[in-house]
Amino acid sequence: MADGPVADVLLRRLEAADGGLDSAELAAELGVEHQAVVGAVKSLQALGEIIEAELRSTKRWELTAEGEEIAREGSHEARVFRSVPPEGLAQSELMRLPSGKVGFSKAMSNKWIRVDKSAADGPRVFRVVDSMEDDVQRRLQLVRGGQAEKLAEKERSELRKRKLLTEVGSWRDRPFKPYNFSARGVLPDSGHLHPLLKVRTQFRQIFLEMGFTEMPTDNFIESSFWNFDALFQPQQHPARDQHDTFFLQDPAEALQLPMDYVHRVKRTHSQGGYGSQGYKYTWKLDEARKNLLRTHTTAASARALYRLARKKPFTPIKYFSIDRVFRNETLDATHLAEFHQIEGVVADHGLTLGHLMGVLREFFTKLGITQLRFKPAYNPYTEPSMEVFSYHQGLKKWVEVGNSGLFRPEMLLPMGLPENVSVIAWGLSLERPTMIKYGINNIRELVGHKVNLQMVYDSPLCRLDAEPGPPQTQEAA
Amino acid sequence: MPTVSVKRDLLFKALGRTYTDEEFDELCFEFGLELDEITSEKEIISKEQGDKKAEGASDVVLYKIDVPANRYDLLCLEGLVRGLQVFKERIKAPLYKRVMPNGEIQKLIITEETAKIRPYAVAAVLRNIKFTKDRYDSFIELQEKLHQNICRKRALVAIGAHDLDSLSGPFTFTAKRPSDIKFKPLSKTKEYTACELMNIYKTDNHLKHYLHIIENKPLYPVIYDSNGVVLSMPPIINGNHSKITLNTRNVFIECTGTDFTKAKIVLDIIVTMFSEYCENQFTVEAAEVVFPNGKSYTFPELAYRKEMVRADLINKKVGIRETPENLAKLLTRMCLKSEVIGDGNQIEIEIPPTRADIIHACDIVEDAAIAYGYNNIQMTLPKTYTIANQFPLNKLTELLRHDMAAAGFTEALTFALCSQEDIADKLGVDISATKAVHISNPKTAEFQVARTTLLPGLLKTIAANRKMPLPLKLFEISDIVVKDSSRGPAFFPGRCAEVFARGQSIGKLGVLHPDVITKFELTMPCSSLEINIEPFL
Repeated sequence: MADGPVADVLLRRLEAADGGLDSAELAAELGVEHQAVVGAVKSLQALGEIIEAELRSTKRWELTAEGEEIAREGSHEARVFRSVPPEGLAQSELMRLPSGKVGFSKAMSNKWIRVDKSAADGPRVFRVVDSMEDDVQRRLQLVRGGQAEKLAEKERSELRKRKLLTEVGSWRDRPFKPYNFSARGVLPDSGHLHPLLKVRTQFRQIFLEMGFTEMPTDNFIESSFWNFDALFQPQQHPARDQHDTFFLQDPAEALQLPMDYVHRVKRTHSQGGYGSQGYKYTWKLDEARKNLLRTHTTAASARALYRLARKKPFTPIKYFSIDRVFRNETLDATHLAEFHQIEGVVADHGLTLGHLMGVLREFFTKLGITQLRFKPAYNPYTEPSMEVFSYHQGLKKWVEVGNSGLFRPEMLLPMGLPENVSVIAWGLSLERPTMIKYGINNIRELVGHKVNLQMVYDSPLCRLDAEPGPPQTQEAA
Repeated sequence: MPTVSVKRDLLFKALGRTYTDEEFDELCFEFGLELDEITSEKEIISKEQGDKKAEGASDVVLYKIDVPANRYDLLCLEGLVRGLQVFKERIKAPLYKRVMPNGEIQKLIITEETAKIRPYAVAAVLRNIKFTKDRYDSFIELQEKLHQNICRKRALVAIGAHDLDSLSGPFTFTAKRPSDIKFKPLSKTKEYTACELMNIYKTDNHLKHYLHIIENKPLYPVIYDSNGVVLSMPPIINGNHSKITLNTRNVFIECTGTDFTKAKIVLDIIVTMFSEYCENQFTVEAAEVVFPNGKSYTFPELAYRKEMVRADLINKKVGIRETPENLAKLLTRMCLKSEVIGDGNQIEIEIPPTRADIIHACDIVEDAAIAYGYNNIQMTLPKTYTIANQFPLNKLTELLRHDMAAAGFTEALTFALCSQEDIADKLGVDISATKAVHISNPKTAEFQVARTTLLPGLLKTIAANRKMPLPLKLFEISDIVVKDSSRGPAFFPGRCAEVFARGQSIGKLGVLHPDVITKFELTMPCSSLEINIEPFL
């Protein structure tokens, strides 16, 4: 801008002008926006010692609508004066005239009229002087004629107080610099919640809305017994390898186990029973005592179901939990040693695979996932088992969103649950839906101390659902 | 999930038809398999070692199929084909038979020395078998898959397959001192003692993983024939003498191990799968195994078991309404030959030796559901009426989180596992005073202990976010793991306080000691508060 045409002209004119130039005058002369001149001035100033500029604020005065009227017709007090004939006028009548009420007190204080309160027909108004000067009208006409500066500051102030004049601020007709809507604003100070935990809050809500009670999971440390054996996972199962599970060095063993239950579990594993062939291997108590960092919250579900089984008579339940689990597996972009598992459990008489699918449909609908397909799968502790798939619009393929099944009788019956009680359960990780929702590809950018706090600052509200609606599934007959 | 790699065209040939990738993917989905990857040897080598090394490698299309971990009968092409053909009702499941030999039965005698190291053995013979390159490769692959899965990396069971015509029974399974065992192992040109072999295989990428199973034992397992020829030194390596070639006609299979049940299952799987290629299809010649106590067994067991399940039980568990006849048909499609018996409501199911995974009626229910088609089942909602409750600790946590954020703090989520340093040295505390829980055999220092305090996680988060504008105000509400209460971090003297609530000490707050700050690679002053929220429940 400093080398633009306006700056050019300005510099040339300035050379010739002794007392400097007025930007507003120059703009009018050149037929350009005042802002263009201001811009040129500022750019030239920025270059250093080329020009000097001094800011002057000018006030412009304008008549209000009322002021216009008075300039035409005369002030209210003048009109009052003119309405009083030589013989005077009843005050009540005067007050009824258009300018009466407004002009009366001013005409009185100007000593143009007086009131005779003792008149026969009520208070009567009389002229005091023969004629008067309508200064107000005169002054307004001056301003209207563009000669506001001929009035004293005090006079202008007074007229402004009477709302006959307004000071025209430069905002009314100055051009304004357009907003840069792509500039970042200044963020107000605030705290922030972690996106993974925002998602966790939503999942808790979903379960509570579906009538599920939260299980206690405040124990990262678990015994192999509750983590594996109680779930009918055999002791030689690969998941019980050092390579997949974090075993504890200290304290290495769980000392407190419910021994009569432990014996029933031992028998089921090694000899069978409860309608099962069992695994037919030598079950060892030492192995069951080994402490570990829980590999799934299903261990907490086992504890909860065991507690339930001991309460007679049996009452149906719906349980859930969302908490941290630990796996000693290979780490990569989507896997860490620690992650969060979401688990839901329903125990009732006569539950079927169809019920499991129905519950899953309602659950996933609350996540905005409506297209589901189910695939046969294998878990050591559920049979039948199902993997749950949903159609990913972006990837244009079916992706796994969860794992589920009916707990095996070999797990439930030794606990003491009644034989016709079925327990359906399902689980998924918390990290996966969070990464999809928040567009994060590497789990390290979401969890742990290496996370960029800016991501946490910037993460938006977690809204998991599409449109809320009535249940999609019929109740079973 | 185990993955089986099969040549696509071979698979289609055996199935008797071709499929598009999508069609086959769909078939797998229905059956409970997953078509994980479509690739070729060339592609695999290219990915692992670069394009140069891949030159000249095979272009033949391979299907990598994920198989459920409990389906040992689907771990090879033969088993997959058989399972799918029966599922699609194109063939009937074969009837596997154990037959007695025409001449003398092969004998494997176990001596008492094996008791302490590898007490069990089973054996069988595949008579008049015809190998092609593909069948041979598949035979080797199946052994490898079984080794990795049910055999728990050969620790529980190890398989040895031998050219019977190169040997002479009876066979002896014994255990000897390593220095007393000498033979020419597979792929080697001269004889070695067991000690030498242990050393040689230390650098063998494949075998080094199994050495530990017998390495430090006084006696090593070994199998001889009647002429002193070494068949194998399980679980490490077979002898070269009896190695199987494409010309092998009679195979002697031995499985040794520490789990008798699994050894039997493994043997059954191998012989059922490959007896397909015997002249007398699906027959397996018996072998006798004599234990140290004199007891003798005939293998393979190839047991067929009968189970009785009520039709309405299956219907009730799945949530369908099929007639008993239809259910029997569905199960038969899953290689569980069934028929309706008795009052018309009972189904008698014959469980073949290939389905060792069927141990309870619920396994049968699942197979019925799979054959019915999971996605054909009507979805219903349980009538279970429940009032939900929050776990009080979590409820309190949620309330506190929101107010902490409202107070201007940002929530962090840090790891529960960390190094000993993090919770001790860096905080100016001795590790034994922390009463921390220690992990055994951590792969890295980051997995040594479970955190006893949330502070190190937050300080590490700050250190990783050095470039962020100040102030940094973080919080975390989560579990810590302690054996019992322990000392807190070092604070600046005179600038710390213990926090009491309702007369009980709940934690500490203060300005962190400069040493602590430095050890976490921070430079600015930090103050912290750590309290236990459980007293507020």
